[in-house]
Amino acid sequence: MSLQRTKAAPAVVIVEAPAQGSLWIAFKATLERDLTLMLRRRGELLNPLVFFALVVTLFPIGISPDPDMLALIAPGLLWVAALLAALLSLDSLFRTDYDDGSLEQLLLAPQPLAILSLAKVVAHWLFTGLPLALMAPLLGIMLALPAGSYAILSLSLAIGSASLSLIGAIGAALTVGIARGGVLLSLLILPLYIPVLIFGVGAVQAALLGEGVAAHLAMLGALLAASLLLAPWAIAASLRISING
Amino acid sequence: MAFSSFSAFLAMGGHAPYVWAAWGVTALLMIASVGHARMERRLLIRDLKRRARRETTRPLPSTSTAPNSLQASHTDDT
Amino acid sequence: MWTFIHKWGSPKWFYSMSGKLQPWFWTVSLLLIAVGTLWGLAFAPADYQQGNSFRIIYVHVPAAFLAQSIFVSMAAAALVFMVWKIKIADMAATVMAPLGAVMTFVALFSGAVWGVPTWGTWWMWDARLTSMLILLFLFLGVIALRSAFTSRDSGSRAASVLAMVGVINIPIIKYSVDWWFTLHQPATFRVTSSPSMPTEMWLPLLIMVLGFYCFFIALTLMRTRSEILRREANKRWVMDLMKEAH
Repeated sequence: MSLQRTKAAPAVVIVEAPAQGSLWIAFKATLERDLTLMLRRRGELLNPLVFFALVVTLFPIGISPDPDMLALIAPGLLWVAALLAALLSLDSLFRTDYDDGSLEQLLLAPQPLAILSLAKVVAHWLFTGLPLALMAPLLGIMLALPAGSYAILSLSLAIGSASLSLIGAIGAALTVGIARGGVLLSLLILPLYIPVLIFGVGAVQAALLGEGVAAHLAMLGALLAASLLLAPWAIAASLRISING
Repeated sequence: MAFSSFSAFLAMGGHAPYVWAAWGVTALLMIASVGHARMERRLLIRDLKRRARRETTRPLPSTSTAPNSLQASHTDDT
Repeated sequence: MWTFIHKWGSPKWFYSMSGKLQPWFWTVSLLLIAVGTLWGLAFAPADYQQGNSFRIIYVHVPAAFLAQSIFVSMAAAALVFMVWKIKIADMAATVMAPLGAVMTFVALFSGAVWGVPTWGTWWMWDARLTSMLILLFLFLGVIALRSAFTSRDSGSRAASVLAMVGVINIPIIKYSVDWWFTLHQPATFRVTSSPSMPTEMWLPLLIMVLGFYCFFIALTLMRTRSEILRREANKRWVMDLMKEAH
């Protein structure tokens, strides 16, 4: 797969990007490149979604098909399953670029690595977090999730999964140089996911109870803002360690 | 003194298993930490001394010929 | 200021100074813990509600305090290492992580055991216990990441980044877990929030907390010294030291 990919795609777009002040251009070029590459591997894009649906299927079988029971656990279950699906896709975030060497070229680019890695994370979210958020209501129906919370479920997942992608990318960058770092990645990242999970599920449950969801969504937004501000630097530092170390 | 006798102290007002289990595990782990640190230090110094002796009896050109055991040992000490 | 940092950043200087400081910390820690133990176990009055099971507080709270402080110290050391490339800081961070995990475990275990007489169960998803459990995972993550690298320098820097990311997250995790807990409020009371603890109850607690802190400093100095010897084994001064020590 990666062989075919290096042949077809320009190795790294941004190497050509000229002087300073071209931050936005570099960001866009990296984003476009990653989106193009991801579109070429459509099968891999579907995997997290299939995983999401599969995990959700396991619960009625494992616990009970009783709709009342399922409705009770649906918000938490959907969030946990989506979180695990997003986690599963993280390992490949930098892996293919690391294997074919284009990550090293990214480090040599004149633009700040933080901006370029942010572009990669945005691409990852567009093709993982967002589809998961859009798919969640469908699985909500299957879990007898009561009406009135579907929009909030999608919205909270969309905002929350962006934070998940950002935080998770730190772990992915730290473990990209380690062979079989996948399990380690989950060990590092899952504890950091807990606040997002709490406020995400909180939003859906508040919607179910007819309470205001603004507070929960505001907290999710605050988490996203904080991770947007801090995570790119940590990702960049981690990539440097993984590649130069 | 909160207890009238030593046996009352041991009984902890009926909560003996809990109090002594919590304190016991704490004490055990703290002592084990110290023991581990002492053992680590003793073994390390023994190795280093052995090396120093080797180098005084058979002086080598430089320090570049470091024994591999010490170089490699860092991965399993955490 | 800079000469001070440079002096303490030098492994040789640190080795000799910490060797002189170390016995003091051991002595003070032993004294404080002995006094605290005797006072807390035998002399402090029993709690009017929980009876003698409340004496678990004298190990649970110091361990929990210390565990959190160790994570913060580890992240501070990681920051010093990353910014000023001071290797001593990384050696200290290396040896702090396992002790932090042990202290977190002690806090978890004593909390769980305390739960039996208090809640009637070994485990309750209480806000404090849950935060402690997450802290344990954070410690284990740092330890696992450091040992996953084959190159020591990469491992050190990766673990430093993770420690700093973790320390930013700890207050967020604590806050969110507290919030989550108040949403799902079970019908129990918080273990360690006695409305107003009398002096003869909290004074031994304070002594124990201080004793635990001294224990941490003493053990960290001791293990950092070993770590220095291990990493500087090829340096002239270590060899000379070992030859003298015959």
